[in-house]
Amino acid sequence: MKVRVHVMLKQGVLDPQGEAVRHALGALGFEGVGSVRQGKVIELDLADGTSDETIGQMCEKLLANTVIESYRIEHL
Amino acid sequence: MKAAVIVFPGSNCDRDMARAFEQAGLQVDMVWHKDTALPSGVDIIGVPGGFSFGDYLRCGAIAANAPIIQEVKAHADRGGYVLGVCNGFQVLTETGLLPGALLRNAGLKYICRTVGLTVATEDSVYTKGYGKGTEIGLPIAHHDGNYFADDATLDALESEDRVAFRYTANPNGAARDIAGILSANRRVLGMMPHPERASEAAHGNDDGARLFAHLTTELASA
Repeated sequence: MKVRVHVMLKQGVLDPQGEAVRHALGALGFEGVGSVRQGKVIELDLADGTSDETIGQMCEKLLANTVIESYRIEHL
Repeated sequence: MKAAVIVFPGSNCDRDMARAFEQAGLQVDMVWHKDTALPSGVDIIGVPGGFSFGDYLRCGAIAANAPIIQEVKAHADRGGYVLGVCNGFQVLTETGLLPGALLRNAGLKYICRTVGLTVATEDSVYTKGYGKGTEIGLPIAHHDGNYFADDATLDALESEDRVAFRYTANPNGAARDIAGILSANRRVLGMMPHPERASEAAHGNDDGARLFAHLTTELASA
């Protein structure tokens, strides 16, 4: 089974990289870009039947730092 | 008195830290991250700067799950001393031994220069030798030194006098100018600036030497 984990900085945590991307889009002439947040996508190929609970533990223990990041698990 | 310096793949200040401990009179053992035991009788563990595991995933995240880290945590839980510098600070936040996290510098650039610091508390073996309010200069060399914690955590750090060093001119966007913090028992210090890289005359700056010298004096009298 394949799972995709989306890791994003939490709301309220400054994202200087997203901010730089927003500026760069503006510099290219794209108007109306209100904000940009940059995150990570991690794709996992797991043994069939791996529980959401186990995947959640993977996220909590390693894939995301929950002090600053939130995560979302997507089954493919 | 004994120090152990943990070495990860990608550590690059491990020898500098060992040298600073030795110059201060400590006996130093280097400990590989895959080891599962510390040498006996270790008083203080140094978690050095560098780019452990290539900063993959997040700075310090992979190192924080290395086998030796269980022993580092057990040492800290027993009331042992731990000094984490730069990547070592990032590792200590990732392990949960210190609160908060280190984000990408607000200006996005890697910064490598000497910065001004104010010693924010003298209530620790690391900072007592300076005295509160003393200004020193130490080098920083990091891309992710922007200290972040939620307001409640920052308030607690300040009310418990656990901010060890503050930047005199904030280089990286760190919350409340924080450059280094102490654990609740004041024995674990994490800091982004490098005292070990400014600890003898040949470095051109020895402001960091007092940290190691005083630490050794305190450990000897403990």
